[in-house]
Amino acid sequence: MLSSLATVLFDGFAYGMLLFMLSVGLSVTLGMMNFVNLAHYAFAVIGGYATVTIVNKLGWNFFVSLPLAFAVAALVSVALERVLFRRLYRASDLDQCLLTIGIAFITIAVFAWFYTSEPQSVPAPLPRDKPFSILGAQFGQYRTFLIVFGLAVTAVLILLLEKTRFGAQVRAAVDNQRMARGLGIDVERAFMITFALGGGLAGLGGALSIEVIGLDPSFALSYLLVYVLIVVAVGGLGSIGGSFVAATVLGITETAGKYYFPWLGAFLIYLVMVAILMWRPAGLFGKR
Amino acid sequence: MANASSIAGTHFQSKVRWHPLEYAFWACTLLPFVLAPNYLSLASQIAITALFALSLDLILGYAGIVSLGHAAFFGVGAYSAGLLAKHYWAEPLSGLLAAAVAAGIAGYALSHVVVRFRHLALIMLTMGFGLLLHEAANSASALTGGADGLQGFKVPAVLGFRFDMFGRAAYAYALVLLFLCFLVCRRIIHSPFGLALRGIRENATRMPAIGAPSLAHLRKAYTIAAVMAGLAGAALTHTTSTVSLETLSFGRSADVLVILILGGAGRLYGGIIGAIIYMVARDQFSGINPQYWYFWIGLLLVAVVMFLPNGVLGGLSALRKKAQ
Repeated sequence: MLSSLATVLFDGFAYGMLLFMLSVGLSVTLGMMNFVNLAHYAFAVIGGYATVTIVNKLGWNFFVSLPLAFAVAALVSVALERVLFRRLYRASDLDQCLLTIGIAFITIAVFAWFYTSEPQSVPAPLPRDKPFSILGAQFGQYRTFLIVFGLAVTAVLILLLEKTRFGAQVRAAVDNQRMARGLGIDVERAFMITFALGGGLAGLGGALSIEVIGLDPSFALSYLLVYVLIVVAVGGLGSIGGSFVAATVLGITETAGKYYFPWLGAFLIYLVMVAILMWRPAGLFGKR
Repeated sequence: MANASSIAGTHFQSKVRWHPLEYAFWACTLLPFVLAPNYLSLASQIAITALFALSLDLILGYAGIVSLGHAAFFGVGAYSAGLLAKHYWAEPLSGLLAAAVAAGIAGYALSHVVVRFRHLALIMLTMGFGLLLHEAANSASALTGGADGLQGFKVPAVLGFRFDMFGRAAYAYALVLLFLCFLVCRRIIHSPFGLALRGIRENATRMPAIGAPSLAHLRKAYTIAAVMAGLAGAALTHTTSTVSLETLSFGRSADVLVILILGGAGRLYGGIIGAIIYMVARDQFSGINPQYWYFWIGLLLVAVVMFLPNGVLGGLSALRKKAQ
C-alpha cells in the first residue's frame, strides 16, 4: 500500500514536471502582455513532431533531438509572434482566443495532412522494463529522467528570472507594463525572447511527452489545452512558482485519481479547478 | 420628466420597427421547403444551431459574458427532453417545457457564480462547469447511456405532423421555435433591460454607480440564455430521436462561439447568419474530408479576427456606411 502510494506520487510528480514545461511559457507571456494564447499547445505539437521526424526518419538519438525540438518550436513561435500575434495585443480577450484557436485548428489539419492522424511513437528512449526499485516501490527510469530534467529546467528558469538583468526586465513588465516602458525597458524585445523561450519549452514538453501521453494531431486540443489552461489559471498569471505548484498538484491529483478512483475520470481535476478559481479568481499565486 | 420618458419612448419605438430586409430574411427561411427538399434535415440542424447561437449572443454579444461552456445548457435541455421521451411520454411540446425548466434551473444556479467573474477566470469557470457536466453525464451511464448516448426512444410527431425521413416537420418545428425565440430576444434587446445589459457590457463599474442592479441584470440574462439553449437542445433531441454525449462537449461550446463571432456578436442576426455559413460550409467540406475541415475553419477564424472584427454582419454594415 505504502509502496504503491510512493509510486503514484512519483509518477504524478513526473507528470507534473511535463505539465509545468508545457504551460510555464503561456503563464509568463499571459502575465506580460495579457495575450490569451490558446495556440500555445501547438508549439508542443510542433516539438513532438520534430522529435518524431528526427528520431524515426534520420535515426538520431532521442536525447539529441530534444534541443532541436526546442529550437524548432522557439523559431515557429517567434515567427507567429512577429507576423500575427503582435497586431492583437490591444484587442479583446475574445478576439485573441479566437485567432489563436484558429491557428491551433490549422496546426492540427497541417499535421494530419503530413503525418496522418494516426498516433506517432518513438522507440523507448530508456528501457521500460527495468525500473529502479527502492524498498519495494518501483520508479521508472524515464520518469526519473523527467523529474531530474524538469527540476533542472525550473532551477534555470528561476535563476534566469531572479538573478539576471533580462529577468528583472521581464518581472518589471509583468508587474506594470506601462511603468516598465516608461523606465526605458524594451518590453517588445523582452516579450519576444520570453515568447520564444516559452514556445521552445512547450516544444520540449511535447517531445518529452510522446513517451508518456502519446502524440497525434488533435491530442493536444482535447487534452493538453485544457490541462495547460488549468495550470495557468490556477497557478496565477506570470508566476513561475505558481505554475510549478499548480502543475505538480494537477499531475499528482490526476495520477492518484486514475489509480484510486478510476470511475471519477477527470471529474476530480475539474472540481478542484472550479473550487480554486471560485476561491481565488486570480489563481493561487496571481496578483491580479 | 415627461419629456425624458417621451424621448426614451421614441428611441425604443424607432428601434422596435421591423426593417424590410428582416421581412425578406424570414420569408427566405421558407425557401428550403420548395428549393431544397433534400436538404431539409440539414436546414433543421441549421435552425437549431442558430437558436443556440442566438442564446449565446444574448449573454456574450449583449451582456459581455464570455462563455466557453454554453453547451452545458444545450446538453441539459437535450437530456431532459430525451429522458422524458424515453421513460414517460414522447409528446414534444411538454418535452420543450421540461427542457426549458431544467436548463433554466441550471442556468439560474450557475448564474450566481458566473456573473461575479471577468476575464480569464470567467472563461475558465464556464469551461470548467461545462467539462464537469460532461464528465458527470459520461460517468452516470445508468441514467444517460454514457458515451453511447441516450437511445431507444422515438418522438413520432409534433401536433400531428410526423417527423419523417424528409424532415419537413423537423424543419418546420425547428424554424417555428427559432422564430418565436427570436421574437423574444428582439423584444428583450430593445427594452430598457436590453439597454442596461449593453451598458454593463461597455462599462461594468459605471453601471452600478448610476444605480443599475448589474449583477441581477446579468443573472436574469444568463438564465434566459440558458433556457433558450435548453430549448435548442430539446429540439435536437426531438428531431433526431437520440441524445449523444457530444451535446455537452467542449467542442460544441467552442463551435457555437465560432459561429456567433463569424456572423457578428452583438447583432440579432449574427448567430443565425453565422450558423448558416458554418453549417453549410461544414456540410460541403466534410464531404471531402472531415480532417481538413479544421484547416478551413481555422483559416476562417484567423481571417475574421484580422479583417472582419465584427463578423460578417459587422463587415457588411461597415461597407454600407462607406458607400453612403
